Amino acid sequence: MSANATRANAMPAGGFPTSKVLWSVVGWLVVFVFFFPVLWMWLEALKTEPQAASSPPTVFFVPTLLEFQEVMSGDFPPFFINSAIASVGSTLLVLVLGLPAAYALAIRPVKRTQDVLFFFISTRFLPFAASLVPLYLLARDLHLLDNIIALTLIYTTINLPLGVWLLRSFLLEIPHDLFEAAQVDGASFLTELVRIVVPLIAPGIAATSLICLIFSWNEFFYAVNFTSSVAATAPVFLVGFISGRGLFYAKLAAAATLASLPVLLAGWIAQKQLIRGLTMGAVK
Amino acid sequence: MSGRDLRSWERRLATTVVGLLIALVGAACSPGAGGGGGAGQTTITLAAVDNPSMADLKKLLPEFQSSHSNIKVNIVTLPEDQLRQQVTQDVAAKSGRYDLFTIGTYEVPLWAKKGWIENLSPFIAKDSAYDAADLIPGISGALSYKSNLYAVPFYGESSMLMYRKDLLAAKGQTMPDHPTWDQVAAVARAVNSSSVSGICLRGLPGWGEQLAPLTTVVNTFGGRWYDQSWNAQLNSPQWKSAVTFYTSLLKDAGEPGAGNAGFTECLNAYNSGKVAMWYDATVAASFFTGDAAKNSGYAYAPTKVKDWSGWLWAWALGMPSTSTKKDSAWTFANWATNKDYTKLVGTKLGWSRVSPGTRTSTYSIPEYQAAAGAFAQVTLDSIAHADVNHPTVDPVPYVGVQYVDIDEFQQLGDQVSQEFAKVISGGQTVDQALAKAQTLAQAVGKAYQ
Amino acid sequence: MSAVAEVGGVPVPTAASLARRDAWLRRLPLLPAFVYVILVTQIPFALTVYYSFFSWNLLKDNSFKFAGLENYARLLTDESIRIAVWNTVLLTISVIAISVVLGLGVATLLNSEVFGKGLMRTLMIAPFLIMPTAGALIWKDTLLNPLFGLLPYLLAPLGLGRVDWVNQYPMVSVVAVEVWRWTPFMMLIILAGLQSQNPEVMEAARVDGASAFQAFRRITLPLVRPFIELGALLGSLFVVQTFDSIFMLTHGGPGEDTTNIPFLLYLVAFQGFNIGQASAIGVVAVILTTLIATVALRTLFSIFQVEARR
Repeated sequence: MSANATRANAMPAGGFPTSKVLWSVVGWLVVFVFFFPVLWMWLEALKTEPQAASSPPTVFFVPTLLEFQEVMSGDFPPFFINSAIASVGSTLLVLVLGLPAAYALAIRPVKRTQDVLFFFISTRFLPFAASLVPLYLLARDLHLLDNIIALTLIYTTINLPLGVWLLRSFLLEIPHDLFEAAQVDGASFLTELVRIVVPLIAPGIAATSLICLIFSWNEFFYAVNFTSSVAATAPVFLVGFISGRGLFYAKLAAAATLASLPVLLAGWIAQKQLIRGLTMGAVK
Repeated sequence: MSGRDLRSWERRLATTVVGLLIALVGAACSPGAGGGGGAGQTTITLAAVDNPSMADLKKLLPEFQSSHSNIKVNIVTLPEDQLRQQVTQDVAAKSGRYDLFTIGTYEVPLWAKKGWIENLSPFIAKDSAYDAADLIPGISGALSYKSNLYAVPFYGESSMLMYRKDLLAAKGQTMPDHPTWDQVAAVARAVNSSSVSGICLRGLPGWGEQLAPLTTVVNTFGGRWYDQSWNAQLNSPQWKSAVTFYTSLLKDAGEPGAGNAGFTECLNAYNSGKVAMWYDATVAASFFTGDAAKNSGYAYAPTKVKDWSGWLWAWALGMPSTSTKKDSAWTFANWATNKDYTKLVGTKLGWSRVSPGTRTSTYSIPEYQAAAGAFAQVTLDSIAHADVNHPTVDPVPYVGVQYVDIDEFQQLGDQVSQEFAKVISGGQTVDQALAKAQTLAQAVGKAYQ
Repeated sequence: MSAVAEVGGVPVPTAASLARRDAWLRRLPLLPAFVYVILVTQIPFALTVYYSFFSWNLLKDNSFKFAGLENYARLLTDESIRIAVWNTVLLTISVIAISVVLGLGVATLLNSEVFGKGLMRTLMIAPFLIMPTAGALIWKDTLLNPLFGLLPYLLAPLGLGRVDWVNQYPMVSVVAVEVWRWTPFMMLIILAGLQSQNPEVMEAARVDGASAFQAFRRITLPLVRPFIELGALLGSLFVVQTFDSIFMLTHGGPGEDTTNIPFLLYLVAFQGFNIGQASAIGVVAVILTTLIATVALRTLFSIFQVEARR
């Protein structure tokens, strides 16, 4: 059935898959253009400083790990550990707070659901530079400056509206006979949530988590303002290589490669989940 | 799903979540993964600008730790604009994130007057070996308030003209030791070709980037930011001729991408032989490689109406007056800026890496002279003749050679330099830019009248 | 209505009280998130509104003085905020529109028969995962730089070797970098929509003689529309707040050509340390965004409609 359909699309009478080859070429060209800056960044990280900023650009060179060594010669693990704590912590909090909220808004609509949804989104309307000074002064008075917990809480706030919206979209896809069945069985709310809802939208949860992780890990401005030495995160580590005097592009590329590695790996490993998650409701 | 599947699935999920939560709670017991000190140790946090001298300090940190085991130093490195913002915020809000920081000749007089930073003279007085008199007078003067030193210099610079003798000679050009801007412009245009630009000048917007060299040009053309009554002077003929000169020189003989060229871009261009001359910080020459290193000549900052137009800048270590760790902070600041440190850098990392522009005695060390050679004298003389109190032909109510030492200058300078960047990119005329800049500067000046 | 009725002498809750209790139970799961968000966002926002009525420069001690509506009045005469609003609108619409179209294109490709789909998709999402600060710097210094960037080097044979993209076409450069970042995001969401499409429907359309384009327009697009809207909505939320790219690429310039509202706020708050003025700009930004969002959500987006479940 569908196998026949796709074969018919790809192969006109004659057998040579011109259409498939053509679209593959187009596709690969587009992907190459998008991926190239990342590839170039990796290449720059393997050059020496003069090579990294030469004119004309150095395309063929002998790779060296010199700049990587330089970047890793300081005490860099704490930055990454802090980033992990803040990202994973805030993502977990988003799920713990956001899943029940999304559930309430999707499955058991509250009166004025639209307004509640709008309220969540509206918390993202204030640019960070305006909210930063009040938050900074509050954190100072609460002695929460340079404390990774403060950063975790801030990231939760930033990602919660996104989490609630995404999770609600996934929950809307679930046919509600399943919930009716659970209701009939007399399941309590928590049981209903954990035993039925979570497994059903597990890929959706994975997708939401991944997006929250990405945004938290890469966040720079709150990080640099609320931390100094104890709680500094990966983005702060990264910009520390931008030097005012002297060449730094290879070091910066090396640091950027390192700093992006966890998120890159997580994204690539989880992308199947990501697509599955976003595809919830496909099997109708 | 069958009941059995649900239970094992649930169990796995629960275990993972609980495990993560435990890890988080454990992490929550400490405010973060970085820099804790041991028992009996004082931990100080230094917020530092990222430059090669500071990178060397980080490398040599173990030397300090081994001789001062009761003080742990955490160094936070940030690019200049981020550092300035974080430190200013920290000091103004008294949030105490940093016990020591690198601040420049711009911040020191301002903050000393506000009482935000600590007077270091009493600390210096207690250590006879520190020899504050050895500090280059222009630099220590710029870091003082009412004759007291409020920050100790870690790095100092002025500006000079660097040129490729070989590229100039190929077009039959030479450069005197004390050139005028007209001479420099003529040489630049003569040498300029499609493969080699005549001169590299900073165009990158920023009060510390483009405005630094541009203001020195304005100064030596006879202009000034404000007159004695704090009236903005950007609509004066001297400003117009200086800015027109600078932007048209860039257009005719400047590097491609001038609008985004800062120190690093020009350094790259000069090292790759893409530009024949470069007017910038005296420290630039220590980064030359290959042909650029072998064939460079050094001249004093070009002049027009006023002699000795080089700028003056220093990065220095200061501490907030609200700090609770002043003694430990001073111990470290002392270590990082005294004569022994100079010798440490020279012997461990190489004499060319010694921080320039801080101590007069450095320039008498034979190994340093051998390594820094050609440009050491130009550096020393340029710094010596840069006067933050009299940077211009006519008297001014402010302090600073390449900046105006007022709170508002950061924002004003950034805005004005953006307007000039637009001229460089061809987006507006000099007159239009100066008109806008004058309005902005006048609004700021009003507060001081 | 009494809360309790009697049926055969046994107290039984009335329909009204059951309804009230049910309503409360429905609200309960929402409460933790709701309370948390209020605490962490509304308190700072209230402070921001409060500060906006004062003139306060962090650099000047004892400058915290009541100023009434002065900060707001200054916004009416200040050209900067009008330019910033225009730049924000231009940037957001350009980035969202282009990345949706590109994302739709790539998603369609990935949903059809091509070689190496999995690897294509893997490489395609990389721009979204890279730190925005790092990405913007790589673009500016190693790709777009007229002296040692790769793009001018490649374009030199076409005579475009000396074009200073970031300075001469600043908005185009910023839009390009943001599109590069957000197209993968759109692509993922739209791909999900495409893959939820039943292939048999397409097959039936083909059998009926519909061209590929007709099938796409009549069947695929309507199905994918909710996903496009979700992507556009969420994307807009973030692109409106674009900061990192502008900070690294053009620093708002040249002049004010790429200064958007978040960047203007940053300049006022952290270059000028003028907290009162910055707070006023922030409040105005919230009001403007709320107005636009309300209009957009109620007229454009079907996904915002609440679907009755019970």
